[in-house]
Amino acid sequence: MVAVTRDNLGFPPLAAPADDWFAPDVPELSPEKLREIHYQLCLMRRFEEEAGKAYGKGKISGFCHLYIGQEAVAAGAAAATDRDDYWITAYRDHAQAIAKGMSPNAVMAELFGKATGCSRGKGGSMHMFDKDVNFLGGDGIVGGQIPLGAGVGFKIRYRKEERVCVTFFGDAAANQGVFHEALNMAEVWDLPVIFFCENNLYGMGTAISRTSATGTSLADRAKGYDMASDRVDGQHVLRVYEAVHRAKMRAIEGKGPTLIEAICYRFRGHSMSDPGTYRTRDEVDDFRDRDPIKVFRAILEARDILNAADAKAADKKAREEARASIQFAEESPVPPLEWLYEDVLVEEGGEDA
Amino acid sequence: MRELSLREALNEAMCEEMERDDAIFLLGEEVAEYDGAYKVSKGMLDKFGPDRVVDSPITEAGFAGLGVGAAMVGLRPIIEMMTWNFGILALDQIVNHAAKWLYMSGGIYNIPIVFRGPGGSAHMLGAQHSQALDTYFVHCPGMKVVSVSTPADAKGLLKSAIRDDNPTIFIESEMMYSWTGEVPDGEHVIPLGVGDIKRVGSDVTIVAWNKMVKVALDAADILSGMGVEAEVIDPRTLRPLDEEMIIRSVKKTNRIVVLQEGWTYCGVAAEIATRVQAEAFDWLDAPVERVTSIDVPMPYAENLEDEVIPSPDKVVKAVRRVCYMD
Repeated sequence: MVAVTRDNLGFPPLAAPADDWFAPDVPELSPEKLREIHYQLCLMRRFEEEAGKAYGKGKISGFCHLYIGQEAVAAGAAAATDRDDYWITAYRDHAQAIAKGMSPNAVMAELFGKATGCSRGKGGSMHMFDKDVNFLGGDGIVGGQIPLGAGVGFKIRYRKEERVCVTFFGDAAANQGVFHEALNMAEVWDLPVIFFCENNLYGMGTAISRTSATGTSLADRAKGYDMASDRVDGQHVLRVYEAVHRAKMRAIEGKGPTLIEAICYRFRGHSMSDPGTYRTRDEVDDFRDRDPIKVFRAILEARDILNAADAKAADKKAREEARASIQFAEESPVPPLEWLYEDVLVEEGGEDA
Repeated sequence: MRELSLREALNEAMCEEMERDDAIFLLGEEVAEYDGAYKVSKGMLDKFGPDRVVDSPITEAGFAGLGVGAAMVGLRPIIEMMTWNFGILALDQIVNHAAKWLYMSGGIYNIPIVFRGPGGSAHMLGAQHSQALDTYFVHCPGMKVVSVSTPADAKGLLKSAIRDDNPTIFIESEMMYSWTGEVPDGEHVIPLGVGDIKRVGSDVTIVAWNKMVKVALDAADILSGMGVEAEVIDPRTLRPLDEEMIIRSVKKTNRIVVLQEGWTYCGVAAEIATRVQAEAFDWLDAPVERVTSIDVPMPYAENLEDEVIPSPDKVVKAVRRVCYMD
């Protein structure tokens, strides 16, 4: 196996933290907002760590895909979008749900299969939903959500609304037929959709270099549909924020969809059952050196937006919030058996046949 | 009462509903400028414009998914499948998405969408274009499945399907598009899940839907000459099924033949047979008979195709068996 490095992905070295700042064409975020993002990063990390531990104790079952390492993507996209904007995503969805504004308690309770879960315990790890924050779900079928995202964009255009649908998917989903079908339709109809490919370089245990005819670059596939595209460092909150901001502006100006590819890395396995033997230690360490939380924190510290004590306090608070979600989930009741028959169909409560 | 063709009845249903509710749009291959591959959407582009009558690329999985996404956030799409044979390409979007989103979200996101198009054989179209795939859809909880046999039913049921807050599979027929029948003036809505007795009889119950209803009625005419009066029941909605109407009829006639265009194995007829034996076992004077297509991919040659599809003659033979006439 060939180790992937920042160099052979074509990214320049990171700038010194003091010189690393917003691109001139995008609005800078306020210090308050930046501290809020830092907290959000810590919360996502701690939440997933707690979920991983609970899985180890048998409190969570089934599939459980942790987001650890990819937090800059959700945080950057959240900073560039509003509550009104829609998000739809794949099965690695816990942290994205939280970034979109969902309650960690509701997400953790869903992982525990409890009645207080966001999907009443009927969805599970891969299926988080919340109408209040326009989180349209996690999809368990690789790439299945991509045309759904195009459909949400179709509605936005149909109703002439000023918002976008961010449609997240992984690198492996870019090999599914519906990826190509959705991109084609979205470009034909200028739909206000941001197709956001989180390229963590592995489809489960298979390196992207072994499955992609366009090598590690998936953004290039946009050319096939005459679509705007961007390729960014997915371990860097500011780069993700900038890319999503630009794509959103394009979309609401009626200029159509954008394909964003963010190179990121999951520090854990594909799911809880994955020991990760297909990646070298060096490669993992290389990406861990640029842990998105560390990178972001260094920038804020260099600009006196955050000091070491603030960072520590934020992280402690995040850990407490994550642990509180565990306690909430543990103390919540299981769904009553009657719920089994509800939500199959809208009116009949499922007793349809 | 005025007469309409099945395609005109469907067209009228869509137009009336689209005039009533601007959340409804029609999208599919050839639906707009071409007026529909089978002219079901004739004139709709002029009436509603290109934002609401939308020609799609040939991309069934993609546009089915696009419809589901749009339905999730408040629109009410009508997605036309040029034929249900092509609908198989969209099965993931229908089964894994449209039919699951409400349940997986614990009731948060319902999907008010109609997937409609012709199913079953037409005439000498070969194996890939001649399939009655009802079973694929009725098998899955989370959807309703409608299959129509007359212009009046088509109009009334399509209006209900469009108004329904759930995903609905709506099965028409290429052969039947030009068939005509009386359609009531004014508001005409038929609730989903309610069957219809197409012919009253006392000696045997024949259950049939879609274009098999005509086969059943033709068989009933022949049987009448033999002194057997068949009751023909069209469930119209295959899920939810009007089981009560079928059971009531069997309790009267004591004999039943279930006629379906689909293949034998695990067909809707098998489901109906199971329910009848469970609910009306003591009323049955003979085992339940099924008449189905022969279990082979559809051949092209006319004589072979004729042999595969259920005919009035095959229905008559089955009825004679349950009546112990041979």
